[in-house]
Amino acid sequence: MSALLRRLFVVLVAWPVVLVLIGIHVRHRERLPGRGPAIVAANHNSHLDTLTLLSLFPLSVVPRVRPVAAADYFLSNRLLAWISTRLVGILPIARKARKTDPLLGCYEALERGEILIIFPEGSRGEPERLGELKTGIAHLAERYPEVPIVPVFMYGLGLALPRGEALLVPRFCDVHVGEAIRWTGERGGFMHALYGSLEQLGQQHRRARHGEDGER
Amino acid sequence: MSFEAPGNVRVALLAILGVLALASIVVAAMARARPEGDYAELKLRVKTWWYIVLVFCAAIAFDRTVSVCVLGFVSFLAFKEFLSLIPTRRADHRVLFWAYLAIPIQYYWVATARYGMFIIFIPVYAFLFLAMRLVLVGETQGFLRAAGTLHWGLMTTVFGLSHMAYLMALPAAGNPNGGGDALLLYLVLLTELNDIGQYISGKTFGRRKVIPKVSPKKTVEGLAGGVLATTVLAWVLAPWLTPLTAWESIAAGLIIGLSGFLGDVTVSAVKRDIGVKDSGSMLPGHGGVLDRLDSLTYTAPLFLHFLRYLHY
Repeated sequence: MSALLRRLFVVLVAWPVVLVLIGIHVRHRERLPGRGPAIVAANHNSHLDTLTLLSLFPLSVVPRVRPVAAADYFLSNRLLAWISTRLVGILPIARKARKTDPLLGCYEALERGEILIIFPEGSRGEPERLGELKTGIAHLAERYPEVPIVPVFMYGLGLALPRGEALLVPRFCDVHVGEAIRWTGERGGFMHALYGSLEQLGQQHRRARHGEDGER
Repeated sequence: MSFEAPGNVRVALLAILGVLALASIVVAAMARARPEGDYAELKLRVKTWWYIVLVFCAAIAFDRTVSVCVLGFVSFLAFKEFLSLIPTRRADHRVLFWAYLAIPIQYYWVATARYGMFIIFIPVYAFLFLAMRLVLVGETQGFLRAAGTLHWGLMTTVFGLSHMAYLMALPAAGNPNGGGDALLLYLVLLTELNDIGQYISGKTFGRRKVIPKVSPKKTVEGLAGGVLATTVLAWVLAPWLTPLTAWESIAAGLIIGLSGFLGDVTVSAVKRDIGVKDSGSMLPGHGGVLDRLDSLTYTAPLFLHFLRYLHY
């Protein structure tokens, strides 16, 4: 039942919004993990980010894709909580938990072989600017050094539906999938590698848009 | 919704599909004969032509409501691509939403054949309203640029392209040779073949550059060859698809050939100004939607008004 609801959500909401209203161009879709355990680490500018990432996976995989999201925001009222957990399939984490490990749910999901979507910037930042990354993802990488972490850079979604706006303004967007990285053996070095990889995808985007030769 | 294309239009559509099938076969044969050559781009281009032609057949083969919806969606794609290209101000987010609303309204005038509203809605009402909304935002830094680019986009991608659809709304009695369907087919076929003709004749004979600062690959020979081929074809097809006399059809061919070139280089100038190579990536092998529709932003309004002046 819950798998069906999640697939229906992707077909009836994510696809029309992402593929028709917005229109995305994906580079290196084949680099996305086909099965778990795996982590997708993306930049975050808009609520559309989650919808877009969900639409990239085949329907057979969708129920196993879990966007990691803040419990205090997405479980704040019953309707939002139902949509977030049942339709979008978020994995809520308590940002301010003191006693228990806030990443417990992530460990369990990875051990079940699910694909986590993580926005290492934390909350939605300034449109089209990569903010500072939170180190939670390094904890996961250290604990599960075999799990591939696939960086994804998205451009334009923060302009289509920016933070604080309720109106979606259609606009073509680009998604760049990078090559998977793994735990490097040291936290600072890992975070540096992840940041570097996301930033490189951003540069790739600018080069692709403006053309190497500039002729035509 | 009903399938109601006149006989000659059906024959023409089938002929186009046949030519495209032939092109696919030729490209596949070329790739097989010379496996060392790189035909990936050409193959991609032909494959994308299939999608374009099938969408176009859908636009033409059914009744006016379907045509208007399909062509309205094409306008939506073109306008969306334009807005994705230009620099927009964060403060104008909601104004851009209003600008999108102009698309269904403009195509509603087409669907109901209200020429008066169709012809003034974007140049007058949308123009005044969007400028007012931009003023109410209160951000004066970059105001003229925001208002100017937004309206230029609406004029080309919505107002200009909606003239294609309005051919379907002209009184059927005006064209005994297949009505609006045949006129739309005539315009689009000539415009696209003109693009291809200019490209081929430029590749073959091109020496002197026409407008190197905007489009370094365009040549005088390419332009002349394309216009000549288009004019001949316009004259050959006119008695079969349009109410145009021989001399009128030659004038129509010249208008489509020359203004198609102008539409092409105008969009090139926009891309150069912004600093992008292609207008988008929706049509693999071609670039963006605007890269394919650029000529039509000029030929569609000019052809409709030429025709209307003479025959409606």
